[in-house]
Amino acid sequence: MHESRADLFQRLKRRHEFWLASVIAILVIFLSVATQGFLTLQNFFDLLTSYAFLGILAAGLLVVLISGGIDISFTATASIAQYITMLLANKYGLDWFSVFALAILVGVLLGAINAILIDRLQISSIIVSIATLNIFYGLLVFVTGGKYIYSLPSWFGKGIYWFEYVDADEISYGLNLQILALLVMFTITWLLLNRTNIGRQIYALGGNREAAQRLGFNVFRLNILVYCYMGLTAGVASLIQAQLAQSVAPTVLVGKELDVLAAVVLGGASLAGGVGTVLGTVLGLALLAIMQNGLILIGVSSYWSQFFVGLVILLSVSATALSARRKRKGNLVE
Amino acid sequence: MSHEPAYLSKGPDAALVRLIKGLTHDVTNRRLIILLVALVAVFGLLIGERFFSQATVQSMAFQLPELGILSLAMMITLVSGGLNLAIISTANLCALTMAYIMTSHVPGAEGFMWAGWQIIAIFAGLAVAAVIGLLNGFVIAYLGVSPILTTLGTMTMVKGIAIGMTRGNVLSGLPEPIVFIGNGTVYGIPTAMLVFAAVASPIAIMLGRTPTGAATYMIGSNEKATRYSGIDTKRVILRVYLISSLLAAVAGLVMMARFNSANASYAESYLLVTILAAVLGGVDPMGGFGKIAGLVLSLIILQVISSAFNLLNFSQFLTLAIWGTILVAVMAVPNIRKRLGFAD
Repeated sequence: MHESRADLFQRLKRRHEFWLASVIAILVIFLSVATQGFLTLQNFFDLLTSYAFLGILAAGLLVVLISGGIDISFTATASIAQYITMLLANKYGLDWFSVFALAILVGVLLGAINAILIDRLQISSIIVSIATLNIFYGLLVFVTGGKYIYSLPSWFGKGIYWFEYVDADEISYGLNLQILALLVMFTITWLLLNRTNIGRQIYALGGNREAAQRLGFNVFRLNILVYCYMGLTAGVASLIQAQLAQSVAPTVLVGKELDVLAAVVLGGASLAGGVGTVLGTVLGLALLAIMQNGLILIGVSSYWSQFFVGLVILLSVSATALSARRKRKGNLVE
Repeated sequence: MSHEPAYLSKGPDAALVRLIKGLTHDVTNRRLIILLVALVAVFGLLIGERFFSQATVQSMAFQLPELGILSLAMMITLVSGGLNLAIISTANLCALTMAYIMTSHVPGAEGFMWAGWQIIAIFAGLAVAAVIGLLNGFVIAYLGVSPILTTLGTMTMVKGIAIGMTRGNVLSGLPEPIVFIGNGTVYGIPTAMLVFAAVASPIAIMLGRTPTGAATYMIGSNEKATRYSGIDTKRVILRVYLISSLLAAVAGLVMMARFNSANASYAESYLLVTILAAVLGGVDPMGGFGKIAGLVLSLIILQVISSAFNLLNFSQFLTLAIWGTILVAVMAVPNIRKRLGFAD
């Protein structure tokens, strides 16, 4: 009995998620003791709300990375989805269901363009998505003239609140649209990757493309699915971002693609494909969010927060590489 | 400026010979030349003689070097099978370092020290770049972290330092000789263009004619095989990221000179465009292939499109979209030819 517990610990120690969770736990304990504002329900809800946009995109990018590809055009996809949807919502007075359906449709279509270019023309995914980022973004700003949309439909502006709770200071919080969307998208991504046949195929494709092909997987269909799923998450993320910002700006989302990539790779996903978990991505995102939040709470000037984020990324990826190397050496000795 | 005279006297001739050789032998370059001629013909018809005027050509030559030097910095890491996402943030931090010393020490100094502080400032900028480059190279080569993750980290960290130190403010008001680098001309040729030529030639020589260059290509094709053939791959990779970082510093100098100011977040939209330029110029994003001649052609193509669109009063954002389209089109050509049954 005692031994199996030691085994469990040994197994845990090898997991990237274990180390990430340990670092987060230390950070949480430190911040709870050192600051007043950290361990409050309100701070928790605020963090979830403000990181929902990056989180939903991270879920989509995780799937792409596991399949062995990469996508950095999703911020442009999100900008287009957001703009078209809100333009039509203003014009025809749509409802919740139809705005999400529309944004998802736009996202999926643009994702399909990526998949077709990558698969049919055999161009590497990083090149295709750099090109489509420029094409999507360039055309959007060209066509719209870079104009913001400030007036959103009033029902959209109000948003959604469940279990609303007003505290002593009259600040209300609860399960809002952003948090709900974040939870739903992470759940769907987890189900896709862990509970479906397609999920296993995506891992297999990223692990060894040649083998997956010889086993008779339909690689084209998988690619379509993966990049369309990325587009779907971009569509959902774009709407909850517009709801939070209470406006649509064609130029503010592009440039955030590397932030999302940072969260996913901090969570242990490999750029070589085949590796990565939803839990890891949640933890990677949590680390970035809690660290930036904590820096502000302990009074570090927000001008310096980016420096610490970079430092943590660098230390984390270095530590992961070192431990992987030690493991390899250990295996050789055995 | 602090160039080694040997390169300046030998550079242009040798570069020209190699350029012509490279242009006629290489399939990618042939395609790019055809594309360039077609573009010039179309824009010439659309715009008329204004497109060929001295002012237009000169303005192209003013704009090209910024993206050009940054693309060089990106290209050599791509050739080695890596990537340097930190080039823009490095350029900005170095420019801020130079601008800080120049704005605080140069105005009060006289005579010898007036020139002295400017040279010290440039070397300080290069020193900052060297530190960043060695950090990137060390983490990638000796710790074995993938280049994209490493440079994503240093990019964020370096930009963080620049923002933290300046609180996002702009440093401006540089001494005249520096402004001349960005805005002056020598015999009608923009100084920045001469700087570009002065850094591109030694890089071309380094890649084409030195053991380090040969090793860089080999590492890009197959790092393991290169290591087993007895080459100290780690040292070569360290050197590649050091050079890339120093090139970024030169780009920072040129940008600072052109804008007469420095800031933590100038030119950020160029980051992915440098990859676009390099890949369009025949650099394999997986490493191992790519020549300076191709990159130069690709830069000229991008600049011609941008300048022509400007003359036609098209939005600069449409330029971005066309750049992306051209990249996909050029990358797709080999595959389409294969499908149509042409042999390459």
